Amino acid sequence: MIHSLFLINASGDIFLEKHWKSVVSRSVCDYFFEALERATEPENVPPVIPTPHHFLINVLRHRIYFVAVIQSEVPPLFVIEFLHRVVDTFQDYFGVCTEAAIKDNVVVVYELLEEMLDNGFPLATESNILKELIKPPTILRTVVNTITGSTNVGEQLPTGQLSVVPWRRTGVKYTNNEAYFDVVEEIDAIIDKSGSTITAEIQGVVDACVKLTGMPDLTLSFMNPRLLDDVSFHPCVRFKRWEAERILSFIPPDGNFRLLSYHVSSQNLVAIPVYVKHNISFREGSSQGRFELTLGPKQTMGKAVESVLVSSQLPRGVLNANLNPSQGTYTFDPVTKLLSWDVGKINPQKLPSLKGSMSLQTGASKPDENPTINIQFKIQQLAISGLKVNRLDMYGEKYKPFKGIKYMTKAGKFQVRT
Amino acid sequence: MLSPWFLCRNEDLKEMLESNKESLKLEAMKRIVGLIAKGKNASELFPAVVKNVASKNIELKKLVYVYLVRYAEEQQDLALLSISTFQRALKDPNQLIRASALRVLSSIRVPIIVPIMMLAIKEAATDLSPYVRKTAAHAIQKLFSLDPDQKEHLIEVIEKLLKDKSTLVAGSVVMAFEEVCPDRIDLIHKNYRKLCNLLVDVEEWGQVVIIHMLTRYARTQFVSPWREDAVFDENSEKAFYDSEEERRVDQSKPYIMDPDHRLLLRNTKPLLQSRNTAVVMAVSQLYWHLSPKHELSIITKSLVRLLRSHREVQYIVLQNIATMSIQRKGMFEPFMKSFYVRSTDATHIKTLKLEILTNLANEANISTILREFQTYVKSQDKAFAAATIQAIGCCATNISEVTDTCLNGLVLLLSNRDETVVAESVVVIKKLLQTQPSQHSDIIKHMAKLFDNITVPMARASILWLMGEYCEHVPKIAPDVLRKMAKTFTDEEDIVKLQIVNLAAKLYLTNSKQTKLLTQYILNLGKYDQNYDIRDRTRFIRQLIVPNEKSGALSKYARRILMAPKPAPVLQSAFKDRDRFQLGTLSHTLNSQASGYLELSDWPAVAPDQSVRNVEVVEPQKNGNAVKVESRSESESGSESSSSESSSESRSELDSDSDSGTDQKKNTKPKPKTLNIMTKYILIHIVLSISSPFFVNCMCSLLHLCVFLACQFDAVSWPVRVSLQASSPVFVPETSHELLHRMTGKGLSAQYRFTRQPCIYGNSMVSLQLTLSNRTDQALENIHISEKSSTGQNIHRFNAIGELNTTKEDEFSVSIQPAVGELLLPITMSEADFTKEQGNTNTSYWHADETPTNQPIHFSACISRFAGKTVSSGSLVLVSVALKDPDAMITINTEKTVMGSMLLRQVKTALTNSGP
Repeated sequence: MIHSLFLINASGDIFLEKHWKSVVSRSVCDYFFEALERATEPENVPPVIPTPHHFLINVLRHRIYFVAVIQSEVPPLFVIEFLHRVVDTFQDYFGVCTEAAIKDNVVVVYELLEEMLDNGFPLATESNILKELIKPPTILRTVVNTITGSTNVGEQLPTGQLSVVPWRRTGVKYTNNEAYFDVVEEIDAIIDKSGSTITAEIQGVVDACVKLTGMPDLTLSFMNPRLLDDVSFHPCVRFKRWEAERILSFIPPDGNFRLLSYHVSSQNLVAIPVYVKHNISFREGSSQGRFELTLGPKQTMGKAVESVLVSSQLPRGVLNANLNPSQGTYTFDPVTKLLSWDVGKINPQKLPSLKGSMSLQTGASKPDENPTINIQFKIQQLAISGLKVNRLDMYGEKYKPFKGIKYMTKAGKFQVRT
Repeated sequence: MLSPWFLCRNEDLKEMLESNKESLKLEAMKRIVGLIAKGKNASELFPAVVKNVASKNIELKKLVYVYLVRYAEEQQDLALLSISTFQRALKDPNQLIRASALRVLSSIRVPIIVPIMMLAIKEAATDLSPYVRKTAAHAIQKLFSLDPDQKEHLIEVIEKLLKDKSTLVAGSVVMAFEEVCPDRIDLIHKNYRKLCNLLVDVEEWGQVVIIHMLTRYARTQFVSPWREDAVFDENSEKAFYDSEEERRVDQSKPYIMDPDHRLLLRNTKPLLQSRNTAVVMAVSQLYWHLSPKHELSIITKSLVRLLRSHREVQYIVLQNIATMSIQRKGMFEPFMKSFYVRSTDATHIKTLKLEILTNLANEANISTILREFQTYVKSQDKAFAAATIQAIGCCATNISEVTDTCLNGLVLLLSNRDETVVAESVVVIKKLLQTQPSQHSDIIKHMAKLFDNITVPMARASILWLMGEYCEHVPKIAPDVLRKMAKTFTDEEDIVKLQIVNLAAKLYLTNSKQTKLLTQYILNLGKYDQNYDIRDRTRFIRQLIVPNEKSGALSKYARRILMAPKPAPVLQSAFKDRDRFQLGTLSHTLNSQASGYLELSDWPAVAPDQSVRNVEVVEPQKNGNAVKVESRSESESGSESSSSESSSESRSELDSDSDSGTDQKKNTKPKPKTLNIMTKYILIHIVLSISSPFFVNCMCSLLHLCVFLACQFDAVSWPVRVSLQASSPVFVPETSHELLHRMTGKGLSAQYRFTRQPCIYGNSMVSLQLTLSNRTDQALENIHISEKSSTGQNIHRFNAIGELNTTKEDEFSVSIQPAVGELLLPITMSEADFTKEQGNTNTSYWHADETPTNQPIHFSACISRFAGKTVSSGSLVLVSVALKDPDAMITINTEKTVMGSMLLRQVKTALTNSGP
């Protein structure tokens, strides 16, 4: 399936290559570079590029292109999903997935890629199996290895590979047994000029950090599972149990994992936690434009809106912006025309605002479009859909685990059209 | 061209590799791998590296493997040195070492070792470790690509591995199947049901491959669920709607879905909830290609969910949705807002969303969509704005109600400042005007006014064409435009020049008085143009319109030729023809056939024999009248799947059987319809031995018997006395019995049921599932089983269930009355052993009785036997039921007299009650 993999950095250098079948010359990447040149933005490179003898499927993450070379028919999502899984694994192993990190750990990267694919077909992609085969590099281990000569590579086949629960290894031991769950919801919305909502929906995930000894069997139940309209599970969740009782029953993987992602049914009205008052105008014939922006909290259930970040792509004709924020700091990049304003926390008594003027190219006609405003924010201790975890029970082990649950609401793709 | 520096560095590495120190060697290998990763050539080090292939250090060994696989092809002779090491490792007791040896051995692309590889693969295919077998499945593809002549042998191995029951192997072997022999559909038949049932437990990558394979398989084996008269015409929407009509009218021939077809659909459905986007897409395409149309809607939500994923995933999913939305608007219409474009989307995502929105547009939602489009037109991304204008044009032609609105909107755009927007509008307006030109002469006039400001050649050409085509509507303006064009002719682009010539010719024919000289002038300019197309066109036009002696008959028809009414262009989706490819494939994404694409066949008109999928279990080769008995693979899966699910699984299988209403005669599986008899759950292993001509008859009549004897036909002979090996139950009842009613229990109700799972606390215990439910609105606390159990039964107590607070304390005494059958464990033994044990009367107490059965039984002699042991003491219980018209002879042999008589009584009641 996957013949070769090339890693290409932002400046267009191939800094790593790996072949699973016969070697494919790196000149095949020329077709990719052509596509890269044609694309105006790095994101605009088409994910699938046909060449006379091969097909290039690429994903862009952390400003690195992962280009897979394939030769014959294969579901493209199969390759794309796998490449993303590779990136996730690198991130898991090295903390970050940057060119420097990959170059520093090139041997581990090679060993990982060797285990993940055999003849181009995925072999082991579960993080806990990989971690038993190849230990993640830590400073301590590097030091110990150089002294004792021991290695990072496991000698036995990981038990998970053969069991019915491939995601969990056996013999896990912790002195502090703890299970933490984060319910994180994101609001995707498009707000139109007049402030009315064009489309809004809530997507959520339940991320877990489970550090429990032995083989615990957990059940997690919600107060209002009906809210969840469409769900996707980590493979550990027993689907039949969910179908029948709307309870999540699972033997958890060890460590961090995404238990569930869900979509809140669109019948429910979505509470929009912030509102924006804006007045962005350009006058005909003058080289000045006016810019006024005020943010305020709307339906926040009494919680504070934090880490607010406003960004906007101003029209090409804008030369500079001279603005005055009532709180926080703003930057304007005259080259990319990107305005970003780091607001911080919204104080309902004193609403943050950004006012001032923009200077336009003299003689140029006024831009006929208004910029879109993208907003990011966070609200702690609140799941905006109202989803609540009822209880978490553990079976199969005797000890009492420490349990914790955290809620958070974030802005996803939250746009205001002006 | 190696630099001297590089050479010296290689020398240095060579020295390190030849040193005695492990750590130095390892360091050298790490640096070499670094070189390989950068794509630098390190092939001269081959001899030095290959020496270390037998190293004890596992990391060093792995790195040598990496090197070997990379360079073996270039250094074939030297690579052979390493082969013996692998052959030795293939015998290693450690499965990881065996597997990795096979992986590397099969990755060395050296043709000489093909026989060795073949041997190793054959051996590994029968390895005890499923992990090694999985590696063998991968090796099959590698060997096939190295030497396609081995195909026949490899197919044998594939056939063997397809029978493998391990979930680990399934995905890999199907992958090998797809690569080596995708046309050998016959290999799948026997494994079809097993694959369907295993699917949920296979690792996610294997799932994708299996689902794609099963999609192809199903299209060759089942008849269309879209009804045979609903001709499957993918290309025309009309045919689809027609068929809907017909379906309503013609209900005479009911379509019955093959149970195996249903099995596939049912078992893939949960995978829509997978976290792996490739799996979700694979299931979606399976439903698209296989499911009845009304069930298709379940994939919508999952596909829309994928739109939240990474950019690349979005791209592929949107493409597939675009194809789907052409044929079935209704599927995605409720989710229209999910396709609204955000300013942060990449351009190719934006255009795809636009495409889908256009496809979804209908009379009801067009106003919403057009309002949305208005914002897009103002986008800073001009390429996207241009695409929006085309989309508006599409909507306008497809939905006649809004044509005028769209046209007016587009005319407004003509005064836009941006070139591309204006140009695109002109082109689209041109197309729209062709549908109804007479009413729009003022638009044409307006465009003529704008003509001077427009510089984009395509737009200029479009306007000129409009002028020419409808010059009769604008008799005053057209000659003036031609005059201006004559002045600038030499500076125009080729495409514009062609249209100028065109315009001149048309005006010459309609209004020769004003334009004769102008036309002559333009034709002369064209005659000496640099572009031969233009010269050619000029010459042609001159001959056509200017009458002279040579032109002959054609010029008479010049007017007809040039001014012929032209059909309006059809604006249609770029995804219109994509549905010739299977969804979710690379070929679909590229809209051209990729190598290795496997065509999805059309439904067969008549379903091929469905019995090929039945799995045969062969009787032990004994007396001549032994009969092969079909047992459906469901029973296998029931015992295979994880214990927590097995009960519900087998239950649902049974349900579905009765749902789908399959033909009883063909279906040998008993259908438990009257499930309220006490003894119905006794598990019985029956060895059938009856004369073959009566077989079918017997099977029908046996149905009555089997109502309460869920049976499994087994043929394995076990040494009985040595060990009474318990086998797993075939059927686990779902019904629970009441232990404590909520009225008597003051709100606490309790139910119990026998799970028929081996008890984890002791071999001599029967496991019981107790369900306690609180029917009050208060919390109940500290529920436990008290010590006072009168009968001396040994109960493994569970810990007190701590709940919230109440103050009252209550105690209820309850009793559990198990049917005798629940205290038995089924065991497997051969018929011979059975008779032997039965004859062994000095240890067993026997019971015999003759019961008149009140049902007509058509066969002469049929004996059903059941062997079991009691859970508590492990003593043997043998039951045989001989049905003789009109009586039945029940023989029970056991040491336990009480149990024997109880069992006899219950079987008797069951037999008498199970009459028709």
